[in-house]
Amino acid sequence: MSKLVIAFIRSEKLEAVKKALEAIGVPGMTVLEVHGRGEEKGIELTYRGKRIHIDLIPRIQLEVIVDDDSLVDRVINAIAGAAYTGNPGDGRIIVLGIEKSLRIREYGAKLSAEKHA
Amino acid sequence: MTSVSSGDTAWVLASTALVMLMTPGLALFYGGLVRRKNVLSVMMYCLGAYAVVSLVWVLLGFSLVFGRDLHGFIGSLGYAGLRGLGIGTVWHGTRIPALAFVGFQSVFAAIATAIIASAIAEKGRVDSWLLFSALWVLLVYSVIGHWLWGGGWASRLGAIDFAGGMVVHIASGFSALALALVAGKRRGVNSVEPVPHNLPLVLTGTGLLWFGWLGFNAGSALAANGLAANALLVTNIAASAGGLAWALAAWLNHGRPGSVAFASGAVAGLVAITPAAGYVGPLAAMLIGAVAGMWSYYWVSYRIRHGLDEVLDAWAVHGMSGVWGSIATAIFADPSVNSVKGLIYGNVHLFLAQLAATAASIAWAFAASYALAWLVAKTLGWRIPEQAEYIGLDLSELGEEAYETLPS
Repeated sequence: MSKLVIAFIRSEKLEAVKKALEAIGVPGMTVLEVHGRGEEKGIELTYRGKRIHIDLIPRIQLEVIVDDDSLVDRVINAIAGAAYTGNPGDGRIIVLGIEKSLRIREYGAKLSAEKHA
Repeated sequence: MTSVSSGDTAWVLASTALVMLMTPGLALFYGGLVRRKNVLSVMMYCLGAYAVVSLVWVLLGFSLVFGRDLHGFIGSLGYAGLRGLGIGTVWHGTRIPALAFVGFQSVFAAIATAIIASAIAEKGRVDSWLLFSALWVLLVYSVIGHWLWGGGWASRLGAIDFAGGMVVHIASGFSALALALVAGKRRGVNSVEPVPHNLPLVLTGTGLLWFGWLGFNAGSALAANGLAANALLVTNIAASAGGLAWALAAWLNHGRPGSVAFASGAVAGLVAITPAAGYVGPLAAMLIGAVAGMWSYYWVSYRIRHGLDEVLDAWAVHGMSGVWGSIATAIFADPSVNSVKGLIYGNVHLFLAQLAATAASIAWAFAASYALAWLVAKTLGWRIPEQAEYIGLDLSELGEEAYETLPS
């Protein structure tokens, strides 16, 4: 069964996560620029005597399709290891089951072969 | 008492408006080169410095450059607050009103200051930068300006600087290097190279800089005459040669010319021709511009190799091409343009005077700016908390975002 791993990470950690995934042989990914917040409801920064509140923080949403189930834990470890800072806002990883997963190139080739048969 | 020439005055007023447009042009150039979360703060460094300098210039700066000479080093405060300069005053040695000269020089000081923002792009506090701007224009720009333009020691020695190769570009470029060393590296950036978010902004900014630069150099004739026409023509030539040369260098080294390469090369060519625009002819301008494109390309690579986070290359482009242009002026000065002979016409004295003035400008700009930057670091400080830097300076320093439309 294929799995979809979705990770919400800090924007500045994207490069490190990419490298970590490449290192375990999982180069494919989709990257989205998103805005979000966690339990802290954004960030409260105090400096120079002023408080500023940032409600929705720019983040990266990373989606990786893992065709081999046994790889899922290694993908999770790679992402978590590379995206970790220890501070609130490090993000989240979720894993979803995939009902169907096909490559358009391969599936399309099959379709066109059937049509010409 | 000479009278005012309406033609000269009209040209200098128009040139002032052209040079004014260079600062928003620079803001676009710099703004496009940074990440989207920092574009507003970088543009505001430029526009904020412009406004601060416009005021400080009238209060003190103009007088420090053009006031009565004190020991060849700085001008007196006789013109502070523009005392004694009324609407009827004609500026000495010209046929334009003194107030037109003050205004023209004011937009020079403003763009020179704005250039230094390169050093603190994506990392520097806005209030610290504005404080630095005011101090810099008085203690660095005005000093070097007086040496070359206010009757100071360098001009008496025979050094020449038509429109600001030393006063504007060496001063701002080497000050940016000093400021970058004091302010330190950006956090969370993998290399010291800028991460451009909008190249069309960079190219639009380049176009506006190029356009305004015609007034910068041709206006420096302070008259509507053949010398102004020569300056305008050689400026356009050097910009073109510089853009093509840098693009070619990038093409040979990376297999692609690149739009930022062309834009940076055009600016390098413009910088290099600035001190020379009133002294050299069109053919020398091609050479000066083309060499500037290759030369500054080399120094950008050098900076990146050495991990110097002088983010937007004011030092490599303005500083180093300012050095080349100032020396090239002494080499190629053509007596048929402005009755000054360069080295190729056998004049060694100008060459030596120019070397001395160039070296002194570099030394003063670097040392005085280092001291000013250090002073600001020890009082207000330059940096913001790490988390605020990750979020971006637009939100954390200005409370605004350039492109986001989500309600927050």
